[in-house]
Amino acid sequence: MTTKSRSRFSLALDVLNHGALTLVALLFLFPFFWMVTNAVRSNAEVTAIPVRILPHVFEWDNFAKAWTQLPFGRFFFNSMFVASSVTVITVIVSCLSGYAFARLKFPGRDALLMAYLGTLMVPAIMLIIPLFLIVNSLGMVNTFQGVILPVAFGTFGAFLMRQFFLSIPMELEEAARIDGASRLRILVSIIVPLSMPAIGLLSLFTFIGQWNNFLWPLIVMTGSDNATLPVGLTYFQTQQGTQWNFIMAGAALSMLPGVFLAILLQKLIYNSIALNAGMGGR
Amino acid sequence: MASVTIRNAVKAYGSMQVLHGVSVAARDGEFVVLVGPSGCGKSTLLRMIAGLESITDGEIDIGGRVVNELEPKERDIAMVFQSYALYPHMTVRDNMAFSLKLSRKSKQEIENEVRRAAEILALEPLLDRYPRQLSGGQRQRVAMGRAIVRHPAVFLFDEPLSNLDAKLRVQMRGEIKALHSRLKATMIYVTHDQMEAMTMADRIVVMRAGKIEQIGSPLEIYDNPSNSFVGGFIGSPSMNFIDGTVIEEGGRVILRDVAGTLWPLGDKARAYIGKSVQVGIRPEHIRIVADGLAATVLNIEPTGSETHLQIEVGGQPIVVVVHDRLAAGVGDSVAIEADPDRVTIFDQQTGVRLS
Repeated sequence: MTTKSRSRFSLALDVLNHGALTLVALLFLFPFFWMVTNAVRSNAEVTAIPVRILPHVFEWDNFAKAWTQLPFGRFFFNSMFVASSVTVITVIVSCLSGYAFARLKFPGRDALLMAYLGTLMVPAIMLIIPLFLIVNSLGMVNTFQGVILPVAFGTFGAFLMRQFFLSIPMELEEAARIDGASRLRILVSIIVPLSMPAIGLLSLFTFIGQWNNFLWPLIVMTGSDNATLPVGLTYFQTQQGTQWNFIMAGAALSMLPGVFLAILLQKLIYNSIALNAGMGGR
Repeated sequence: MASVTIRNAVKAYGSMQVLHGVSVAARDGEFVVLVGPSGCGKSTLLRMIAGLESITDGEIDIGGRVVNELEPKERDIAMVFQSYALYPHMTVRDNMAFSLKLSRKSKQEIENEVRRAAEILALEPLLDRYPRQLSGGQRQRVAMGRAIVRHPAVFLFDEPLSNLDAKLRVQMRGEIKALHSRLKATMIYVTHDQMEAMTMADRIVVMRAGKIEQIGSPLEIYDNPSNSFVGGFIGSPSMNFIDGTVIEEGGRVILRDVAGTLWPLGDKARAYIGKSVQVGIRPEHIRIVADGLAATVLNIEPTGSETHLQIEVGGQPIVVVVHDRLAAGVGDSVAIEADPDRVTIFDQQTGVRLS
């Protein structure tokens, strides 16, 4: 093959690759596009046949209407409170238990870890009824602690943090021990700052997971005042009909904190990776 | 300032024993180097002194206090690690201040100590940098600074120069020595590099396979190795070893090696006539002469100041160090002579020094 035909060949390959990637990206973007465009249609147009790709008239005030028709601010606060609390508790608990699994020596540690990991095999949906019974007997139905506590202690976080902690050089901890740091001080001052990539990832996953969580808050929160966003959105679905355009507008609004957090943490994760290049002082 | 005394220290991991009852003492203000090949237990011993490894049996005493059960922070020691173990997320200043902050020193006191250490180690312009922004030698100095600020009774070094290039290693060797004379603190230093041991130590502890082979000043050990292992380990190029039988011929004591070459020995070898021994000869105690044992040159390694000559004498490979420039080339025949009074005689089986 000559150089020229080779460069033509690689150009064709590039075009093909990027074409395929663009196609897949469009496929993934389409639901978002559909959500946003339906959010600014009239409800009649949402269900009208034939389907129009772009709205006939852009009804931008649907966002404001969706926000005011229901106590959306309240739902927003509820979701924020639940997702943030779960995230904070999960990160703290995962760091503590992950550190214990990674570094402390105690009898039965590895067996306990295996048992812990085994719980990942149990589908979460199977636990809903037993969990509800427990929450009910503790008198936590329709309370925030009832929504938050059962989901804040997860196996995944402990395992993720353990794996990350194992990658931190032992000598750093030994140096800190000689410097006079206790176990807890080592965790707080040395291990946690060096684990920001993992903590960022765990926070992101946990927050978005809880922000979008529908089933558990639906079951525990019986009063409409305590509803989280995903639950609140269903209130547009009534016996008189469904306000699809408002649901879409609400859904679009509710996506914003997750997107914002992802962008925010992306930077943190990048920075932390750069920091780790110098880990161990090497 | 404190002395360190180790009495019969044993370390075992399960059924595997890595230190078999080691006893050694470092006097107050002494620079002691633990040296030996990989896996000899020198780092383990150091980590036991630091409190990073438990002590299976025996006693470690720092400044007259048995520290077996004490946490590292209670032992009044500081340690410099091979990887430096600087906290990557802290500046040089915070790295050095960390231990002081933990012991709740006042801000002013911390600042003074960090300043003082930075001044000693020429780190002042680097105080606000992060470890990743420093060169290897600078990181090494920060690691030492972290030790200095605490005024520990004992400094422990675990192969601190292994990650540096050759030139920097020589420089840092000097800096650590200078630090020792300045602080007059007890220092225990682990290395596998016999050159570091020779150049830095007040006393060297040579270890092998979890045991101490010899303790002594560098020249004591160099001139009078207690066995063939120490003789071979200390000194570069290594000591030459020749197996043979001591015989007497015409009133002179001679070693006849396995190939039949006759090596003159000094009078002190007279006691071993008729015995099979191993003779150790330092490369610098062999000379190229006009008339002597016939040898063939295998390889020539000029270093500039001296030349290392690999030769063969009756099938026995020998290394010679000469200071004069050499006319001979590879494959040429030369004549050599070993200084009979400076050979060391070892037991052929046990390797123990006889003379």
